[in-house]
Amino acid sequence: MKNNRVDFSAAVENEMRLILPSLSVNEGMARASVSAFCAQLNPTALELADIKCAVSEAVTNCIVHAYREAAGEIVIDVKLCEGRLIQIEIRDRGCGIENVKQAREPLFTTDAAGERSGMGFTVMESFCDELRVSSRPGKGTTVTLLKRLHK
Amino acid sequence: MIKKNERVDYETRGESLVVHIGGEIDHHSAVEVRTGIDEKILAERPSRVMLELSAVDFMDSSGLGLIMGRFALVKQYGGTLCVLDPSLAVMKMIKLAGMERMVTILRSKGKE
Repeated sequence: MKNNRVDFSAAVENEMRLILPSLSVNEGMARASVSAFCAQLNPTALELADIKCAVSEAVTNCIVHAYREAAGEIVIDVKLCEGRLIQIEIRDRGCGIENVKQAREPLFTTDAAGERSGMGFTVMESFCDELRVSSRPGKGTTVTLLKRLHK
Repeated sequence: MIKKNERVDYETRGESLVVHIGGEIDHHSAVEVRTGIDEKILAERPSRVMLELSAVDFMDSSGLGLIMGRFALVKQYGGTLCVLDPSLAVMKMIKLAGMERMVTILRSKGKE
């Protein structure tokens, strides 16, 4: 965990919600839509690439793990806050994570046969300033990505 | 903006099978791409497989699974696998996973 924890009380200047079925064909659409919405803050190409990648990981987790390739709903809330702070919340009502601490460890995966690398949370953590994961087994998971853009 | 992202081409260079992959590699495209690649690899059993990734403009951790899965497949019959000319997006993932210690990365002349 980084020292400079992001201030959640920052005022929201613009926001959008994306609701999509858990189909893998939507992964590209989800990251492209979030990235297009964030583009109004003039992020660098590198910052946008990081956001796309982190969103892609979170959405893939919903499809592969939370819903186990079955039908379900994924809700993505993007908030652009004062101070060039982007908050992206990705929610599912899937199976939930029994042990979040273990799931966040690099290379940990429950689906090696599916060629999952176990790097999803590590990517989100590395490409954002802060990652919060709250999960209730049987109820679902909420992943919050915080990214502060350059001034 | 949203395109049919998987582009795979094959080329034989001596003992090596070069697999050119372009576009976006995510969970969706990786599942489709790997089926074709595995059929080709198992049919030809080349002594070396080179994954040429210079035209990959997006890759998430699903791409790491794709590379490691082919690495394991080729190793089964005694072949080797390397990554050729990884794009910036690919290299960023490889470095994050510390994968450059496991898989050989080659760069063509002029692309060092």
